[in-house]
Amino acid sequence: MFSFWKRFSKDKVALFGLAVIAIVVLAALLAPVIAPYDPSEQFFDGLTLEGSPLPPNERFWFGTDTNGRDQLSRLLYGARTSLLIGLVANGIAVLIGTLVGVVAGYARGFLGAAIMRFTDLMMAFPPLLLAIALAAILKPGLMIVIVVIALVNWVQIARVIYTETTSLAEREYIEAARALGASGPRILFRHLIPHLVPTIIVYATLGIATTVLLEAMLSFLGRGVQPPTPAWGMMIFESQSYFLNAPWLVFVPGAAILIVALAFNLAGDGLRDALDPTQRGRR
Amino acid sequence: MVLYLARRLSASALILVGVTIVTFCLTFLIPADPVAMIAGRNSTPEMREQIRIQLGLDKPLVEQYVSYAQRLARGDFGTSYARKSEVGPLIASRLPATLLLMLGAIIAELLIGIPAGLYAASRRGETGDKVAMTLSFLTVSTPQFVLGLSLLYFFAYLLGWFPLSGYGSLSHLILPAVTLGLAGGGWYSRMMRSSMIEILRQDYIRTARAKGMSERRVMLVHALRNAILPVVAMIGLDVGIFMSGVVVVENVFGWPGIGQLMWQAIQSLDIPVIMGVTTVAALFIVAGNLLADLVAPLIDPRIRLR
Repeated sequence: MFSFWKRFSKDKVALFGLAVIAIVVLAALLAPVIAPYDPSEQFFDGLTLEGSPLPPNERFWFGTDTNGRDQLSRLLYGARTSLLIGLVANGIAVLIGTLVGVVAGYARGFLGAAIMRFTDLMMAFPPLLLAIALAAILKPGLMIVIVVIALVNWVQIARVIYTETTSLAEREYIEAARALGASGPRILFRHLIPHLVPTIIVYATLGIATTVLLEAMLSFLGRGVQPPTPAWGMMIFESQSYFLNAPWLVFVPGAAILIVALAFNLAGDGLRDALDPTQRGRR
Repeated sequence: MVLYLARRLSASALILVGVTIVTFCLTFLIPADPVAMIAGRNSTPEMREQIRIQLGLDKPLVEQYVSYAQRLARGDFGTSYARKSEVGPLIASRLPATLLLMLGAIIAELLIGIPAGLYAASRRGETGDKVAMTLSFLTVSTPQFVLGLSLLYFFAYLLGWFPLSGYGSLSHLILPAVTLGLAGGGWYSRMMRSSMIEILRQDYIRTARAKGMSERRVMLVHALRNAILPVVAMIGLDVGIFMSGVVVVENVFGWPGIGQLMWQAIQSLDIPVIMGVTTVAALFIVAGNLLADLVAPLIDPRIRLR
């Protein structure tokens, strides 16, 4: 653990990612305290006399949207949506992916092959299209978005865990455990999964970036969480037609999505380097 | 090789069958009852039974699936709710635009990724390498709709270098192709970098250096040629990534391909079109993966054919 932190803390870029994540999480948690206004309040003076949104100014730091609502407040509350979906949906995906990968990798034989062929099949669907098809059929909402993203995203991690498990299962200590009469579940949970924890942590972190981007795309297409819940992708969707006259409506939430995804990618990459020093410099 | 080819082809065929089973199952999740929709509100139970038999919904599931698969094989994806036209021809008429956009995106990502990876590998461990690799993360972290709208704003609206939207000339293609290909360019730069680093360790590179060849020539002539192959072999896999991206990119740039068709279908909840595009996209992905599998051993004979 100590050597891990020593390696990780030397990686300036990864530390930067971690710091950004901490700030965004804090901002999301404290949104009711630090947001200047109610995110769904439509201000009478939030629009020009012609009804156009206001550019960033002293009263509204990030300007107002087409309904005269404060962009900064919507951005802060939107961080909650983004992170909530990022953490929960990706958490479920990691859970499913790990279980599927470990079982397939340990059981092998017919069961393992059948499970892996199923993941091959899932890989044939473009994630966004499958998510859209599911979200279009099931009426979208926060829960559905989480379920849909989890259903689409577990496949990647299942494949990674499967590959790792097949090589771990060859080790002698597993054979020794089996010879001592340990049951299948005991080998899985006591002897295999603990060794997979570093991989799981890395892919869970990188997966949040993917999830945040997928959620943003879904809500940009109008198939994510539904109004009045603020979501970054939806903020762009709503203002797309106005955007040449009011570019801040796209740039502000767009930058937010980018920063969060980038932070999780950088932190995840740093974790991978720190947890697996043999990979250093090879990628 | 023939055995390998046969095995790959049959695996792809099996996956295609699986894809149709999944889409077939998805249609059962649709809350609207097709019988009730066709029969109307004032229908009697007998009329509804009649329609059920007409639609074949009284038959066993397996039989229903077989006729569904037969219809798909004929290119019959049903009728669009919103447009009152056949989905199959609708998709077919939109495909050329999407394929052109994908071709542009492949060119864009290679033009971005390969030089960037070469540069990073030649500056390995130095600041230039770190900057390039951090930038590669920036490209994969950028949501495509934000990138597309930003490029549109700066290069089409403010600078006026490119048209705002549309289809038909090279200048129409450049911005959407870059938008679609930039993230791939980021991945290619990472793969190119690691591939170069691997190659530069080889004995023949040491020999080339030992006989006094300039570093530039070692890099660009001896290493590049071998390092580029495994990277190029991955192009087939891009199809899958692009199939998601085109929905967003075509919408932003008003590009008349299947992505825009999908976007319009999403807005009007036109489920036959959504399912049709999803199925066609899956078909292309399977084909793209097959291509990558077939190209890999041709490019690198050391890959074992299993």
